[in-house]
Amino acid sequence: MYELIIIGGGPAGMTAAVYAARKKINTLLISGDIGGQGLTTWLVENYMGYQFIEGRELMQKFEEQVKQFPTDVKVEVGKRAERLSRVDGGFEVRTDRGETYQAKAVILATGKRPRQLNVPGEKELIGRGVTYCAICDGPLFADVKVAVIGGGNSALEAADDMVKIADHVYLISLTPLTGDQILINKVKSASNLTIFLEHEVLEIKGKNSVEGIRIQDLKSKKEKELEVGGIFVEIGLTPNSALVKELVTLNRLGEIEVNCGNETGVSGFFAAGDVTSVPDKQIVVAAGEGAKAALQAHRYLQRLSK
Amino acid sequence: MAREVKIYTTPTCPYCKMAKKFLDDNGIKYQEFNVAEDKAARKEMKDKCNSLGVPTICIDNEVLVGFDEGQLKEKLGL
Repeated sequence: MYELIIIGGGPAGMTAAVYAARKKINTLLISGDIGGQGLTTWLVENYMGYQFIEGRELMQKFEEQVKQFPTDVKVEVGKRAERLSRVDGGFEVRTDRGETYQAKAVILATGKRPRQLNVPGEKELIGRGVTYCAICDGPLFADVKVAVIGGGNSALEAADDMVKIADHVYLISLTPLTGDQILINKVKSASNLTIFLEHEVLEIKGKNSVEGIRIQDLKSKKEKELEVGGIFVEIGLTPNSALVKELVTLNRLGEIEVNCGNETGVSGFFAAGDVTSVPDKQIVVAAGEGAKAALQAHRYLQRLSK
Repeated sequence: MAREVKIYTTPTCPYCKMAKKFLDDNGIKYQEFNVAEDKAARKEMKDKCNSLGVPTICIDNEVLVGFDEGQLKEKLGL
């Protein structure tokens, strides 16, 4: 049995690992990837110590720091924790590969992932025209008609990128545009962009790849079909908290409520970073929360051993 | 027997860089195609691999879309 299992390898999880190692806590870090959401930021300009750095490079530096402590922290990458439950003397983590690991304390730092539309055709066409990573896949849709779904800053940024690449961009939002005015003005000035406000996506159509999208005007209930070859879904993020929904109560956003010591209400179970109710989703905040969670877990383990 | 590994990427895709680093770290030789520039490769990725997402990784005739370290390890027998 480990003393501590950290689930998640993003900014919060990796910082927690370094703090745990410096307290000589026997730790296992389990994560599907190293870097988490830190990887999806192209350029980070607000992590102190760097005026600007690529998200991927910053995460590599985090990883190098974790690897300074190979005896204290074991890292298992490529495995996703699927369930966390209580067992005698602590907790048990089950992974998607069927393995189980046990520890006296757990820090959950699983972050968030892009929210899906949950409409017919979406799942089937992921990687075949439906994408959640505009910076990755944008260039594949050169001279094609595309739809960007959402009305916030990430949707506006995707739309702004795509008007330079695609033949035409349809920006489809359930609400009025909510992003920064400067971005709204920029996007609206593009000649190859059409905006549909207060429209809902009903269906994504296509056999082998995306061929079109069916939308509905919320007010008039009129439906419309647009011919598109790519769909960029930018409707925000959802917390990766499903694995603990039986262990703790989640808030209405699906986040784990924590107090200022990263405690969840279940003794020995801590949470940190974007998966929690802490309001600001920033790399620097997540890293700080990870540090706090590890120090609190250390105090908890010390109390246990007395 | 060495397997033929092809990876289709775009320069702005962080997962592509991670996938390449993983292949490099494990000493796997591969051919890379930048589909942001190379139209023929983009067409090949779409038609042969039935994929419109990067990274697309082809190992012999198997296609993986996205970087999933666990899955990649399994397919490469690492």
